[in-house]
Amino acid sequence: MASQEVLRQEPSRASLINDPKVRSLFFQTLVVIVLFGSVWWIVQNVIDNLQRLHIASGFGFLRGRAGFDISDTPIAYTSDSTYGRAIVVGLINTIIVAVAGIITATIIGFVIGIGRMSQNWLIQKICTVYVEIFRNIPPLLVIFFWYSGVLAVLPAPRDSYHLPFGSFLNQRGFYFPRAVWGDGSWLILVALVVALAMAWFVARTARQRQMATGQQFPVLWTSIALIVGLPLLAYVLSGFPLSFDLPKQSTFNLTGGFQIKPEFLSLYLALSCYTAAFIAEIVRAGIRGVSKGQTEAAAALGLRSGSILRLVVVPQAMRIVIPPLTSQYLNLTKNSSLAIAIGYPDLTATAGTVLNQTGQAVEGVLIMMIAYLVLSLVTSAVMNVVNARMALVER
Amino acid sequence: MDFQTRSVSVIFLDLTGIIAFDAVREWEAARRLRCGIPGNGLEWELRSRGKKNQGLPENREKGLWVMKHIAIGILGAATFGFMASAASATTLDTVKAKGFVQCGVSTGLAGFSAPDDKGDWQGIDADFCRAVAAAVFGDGTKVKFTPLSAKERFTALQSGEVDILSRNTTWTINRDTALGLNFVGTTYYDGQGFMINAKKLPGVNSALQLSGAAVCVQSGTTTELNLADYFKANKMEYNPVVFEKLEEVNAAYDAGRCDVYTTDQSGLYGIRLTLGSPADHVVLPEIISKEPLGPAVRQGDDQWYHIVKWTYFALLDAEELGITKANVDEMKNSPSPEIKRVLGQEADTKIGTDLGVSNDWVVNIVKAVGNYGEMFDHNVGSGSPLKIARGINALWTKGGLQYAPPIR
Amino acid sequence: MSWVRTEMALAQPAPGSVRGPLAWVRKNLVGSVGDTILTILGIIIVAWVLPQVISWAFINAQWTGPDRTVCATVAQGGIQPDGWSGACWAFVNAKFGQFMFGTYPVEERWRPILVAILFVALLVPMLMPRVPRKGLNAILLFLALPIVSFVLLVGGMFGLPHVETSRWGGLLITLSLSFVGIAVSLPLGTVLALGRRSKMPIVKMLCVIFIEAVRGIPLITVLFFVSVMLPLFLPAGVSFDKYLRALIGVSLFAAAYMAEVVRGGLQAIPKGQYEGADSLGLGYWQKMGLIVLPQALKLVIPGIVNTFIGMFKDTSLVLIISMFDLLGIVKQNFSDANWATAQTAKSGLVFAAFVFWLFCFGMSRYSMYTERRLDTGHKR
Repeated sequence: MASQEVLRQEPSRASLINDPKVRSLFFQTLVVIVLFGSVWWIVQNVIDNLQRLHIASGFGFLRGRAGFDISDTPIAYTSDSTYGRAIVVGLINTIIVAVAGIITATIIGFVIGIGRMSQNWLIQKICTVYVEIFRNIPPLLVIFFWYSGVLAVLPAPRDSYHLPFGSFLNQRGFYFPRAVWGDGSWLILVALVVALAMAWFVARTARQRQMATGQQFPVLWTSIALIVGLPLLAYVLSGFPLSFDLPKQSTFNLTGGFQIKPEFLSLYLALSCYTAAFIAEIVRAGIRGVSKGQTEAAAALGLRSGSILRLVVVPQAMRIVIPPLTSQYLNLTKNSSLAIAIGYPDLTATAGTVLNQTGQAVEGVLIMMIAYLVLSLVTSAVMNVVNARMALVER
Repeated sequence: MDFQTRSVSVIFLDLTGIIAFDAVREWEAARRLRCGIPGNGLEWELRSRGKKNQGLPENREKGLWVMKHIAIGILGAATFGFMASAASATTLDTVKAKGFVQCGVSTGLAGFSAPDDKGDWQGIDADFCRAVAAAVFGDGTKVKFTPLSAKERFTALQSGEVDILSRNTTWTINRDTALGLNFVGTTYYDGQGFMINAKKLPGVNSALQLSGAAVCVQSGTTTELNLADYFKANKMEYNPVVFEKLEEVNAAYDAGRCDVYTTDQSGLYGIRLTLGSPADHVVLPEIISKEPLGPAVRQGDDQWYHIVKWTYFALLDAEELGITKANVDEMKNSPSPEIKRVLGQEADTKIGTDLGVSNDWVVNIVKAVGNYGEMFDHNVGSGSPLKIARGINALWTKGGLQYAPPIR
Repeated sequence: MSWVRTEMALAQPAPGSVRGPLAWVRKNLVGSVGDTILTILGIIIVAWVLPQVISWAFINAQWTGPDRTVCATVAQGGIQPDGWSGACWAFVNAKFGQFMFGTYPVEERWRPILVAILFVALLVPMLMPRVPRKGLNAILLFLALPIVSFVLLVGGMFGLPHVETSRWGGLLITLSLSFVGIAVSLPLGTVLALGRRSKMPIVKMLCVIFIEAVRGIPLITVLFFVSVMLPLFLPAGVSFDKYLRALIGVSLFAAAYMAEVVRGGLQAIPKGQYEGADSLGLGYWQKMGLIVLPQALKLVIPGIVNTFIGMFKDTSLVLIISMFDLLGIVKQNFSDANWATAQTAKSGLVFAAFVFWLFCFGMSRYSMYTERRLDTGHKR
């Protein structure tokens, strides 16, 4: 013990100033002091500015009457609703366009990505041109293209294109019949839920059986029969409770039915097309990342090319694909904020309007930032779960 | 992968330690240098001024010194180039010190503030700023314009980025109380109206027929709120089509995205000119709101508020007294004591200096932009493509609302 | 010796052509039924799109003209026959100066042009691996050029009249914002990346929070932040120029992305390099500055270029805070009554897209080229 004492006291060159721990502590304290100092300075400035200029502050304004209308309202909203609700409407709109965009972009991206690997020269070139065009122009420009394109190509409401099933397409958007649910329609919903649960159960049992005995079971057809059949049965049994509200021509626009506005349409298409170009590149890199030996080994086992792709290549490619795919999904969500340029009422637009009507810039921008941050974190959390499930189980 | 993990690395060195250690070593080196040979640049300079030269690596040190000073100079220049002066003096002092009035205008609304082909701002709002510059400096060109979106306008004024917000902004109580603004007056009495394409919608001649229409409107404006109120009060439905920028609203309306365009009526006349075929569009007779448009300044600086307010009144008084751009010099010798007083020709007058400007401030204003009537005609009235009638914007003597307290 | 064949086997017929255009078509276009269907589909798409594009952009396009009449049909008050549809390049032609420089005074436009020439003259040798004296070149490009460009563009000294940034516009803003942004964000991002790999928990935490927070929000909100919130952060009377504020926003935003790129490079450097530096007794900054960063940054050049491409495209967003970059000024000019026709918007947007595309495509090609060049050592 004594010798250790001596050793500990011995460090001749190590004055306090040379002790790594002390220095680390010192440096971090310095950082904290500087940080808190500047935060304090900023907060003081903000308080001082707000008081000096008699600007209202605080989040109380969220309970005030909004007084403005929003064009797309997925939840009930009128000009009598609160500012807070207006922001929520915007947030939901952002989520809607982001989710729709993510799904479409993934589909287009996979198609184009695989197309770029195609043996077919023409298809390969078309896909390459697509990727090189969309990857190299700003997303804002793509949105403008779609928007002015949509407005320029489609006819005025009076000369709408008539599409099958009572739907219409014109400058004001895409109209289709809206389902009106009558009494007893809850039965259909229940039937759908039951059918989905059964389909999942069938799939699981079939898989277990195949693992155990090698016998296969036609899961796909059973599932389709269940999911279509059961609700249909419920529909008949409950006495046809479903009717449709058809869009009709009125003085200005078509009224009735369900309307998808051109703002949403062009934002959604633009985001999908733009992000698809990046996803295509990711998919291509993923498939390339699977070593040729895998394909050859699968072929040697006698698998057909479709099965090779489905059972050997894609599962392995997915592992490479998912992390960059996540960041593309995040990018798409963030790029949906460009909606403001064409007037789709997403979070940025509604929060911006609220900011503008109340003049409370600090609070408005803070709400925007936090909302996007939470959205991004949730998206990455979901994708991390997916990634963990896809990860190679090493034995 | 972290290649620096503690468990693996034998020669683990704490990062902070190294940073702090380096700092100490540098400090020590500096001290040594200072004792022996010339140390840092500034010290060297001081010493060399007193007694020329200590020898040794003079050239290198000098080079260093020069570079350092160039760097400081450029930093300083950068600060001047980009930052407004930091003094917490009154707005008038700040404006005088920098030599121009910074004026917040719209991003382009014909007749009010819009850049012409050469990039010079034209319009009644821009001219008002020129009038203030003329009052302060005697020179209407000493003004710089900052285009502001609807969203930015209030912060820009509050933060001191602009000295005046002259941007077709409606005067409301909320903006006076909760936003910390002071509106100086109403340079243009306006009201919100509707415009439709009469060719596409024959038979619509009243706003009350607009139920079910798609309405284009700019977001974050009082217009948006009035619109909601109007349709609600008349139990009508509508589809709002909301854009951030005026240009976007124009484009969407022109492309037929909406049936109706709503904004201040003066704006509608201006916008109509920029549309594909102006003759097709008509402005409906209804006016659904009061939109007193006027310049605003920050709260808390009464002197500046007075200067801007009285610039506005001086424009009106000049018109009332018949002082125009053309005759202002003759008018100086007018027998009328009132005109003499307004133009600062009275002996020992202190009207201008009490305000904080020169005594011939009204002369300067009128020379720069004319009187209110001239300003109106030139920008939005008969002398402009907009051809808006004076209407309620006429002087009170002619049945309008424009009324100015006397200058005395 | 009965197992020995006594006569030659008959020559087999020559195989079907494996060379020549016909075989190429067989292999690449009509290899199988599915392939053939795809090819037909592709041909239909191309045959539908290409003629339209070519006739619009070239054959029917109007290249010069004084005002809107050349681009409008008779019904719209122009000279073109009804049903005419073509690009209105005359509009782009007439507004070209504005698209490039915004409202930068015409008599001073030689200044941005000179800056552009200097920039190209310094950048091109920098990008060519074979040209010597990279060090001097880098100093000139990263230290001297910014100073010279600042003096030239802003003016107000050496007898050059001052041009305030509110008169800048068009490609000038797009390029200057993105180049200055990258020059600021690269060192800032490097510091953040080092901080994120630091052993000091507080420093590390702060860097992680900054990087992840900025990467989690869209650039628009950052721009809103700098345009409406930042002014309130400063003491009374101090305010930044709008351009500088946008620059701050763009740089901070890019720095967070850059930090992740650099971190990738830092992680790819083998541990032996760190340990070797430690065993030589180098201090932290010496170790990083002399050993690790030079290798790491070289590794991530493609990543840096990609971040730059992203930033270049993102500068178009400043139009939302009413600054007129290339896209912004093109859009602003749509409302010019002199040129308002049905084709104006389309032509302007296509022009803007082409300019953006040209820059981004060029950069991505260069990035691929460096990637290939740097990759040689690692090829299996």
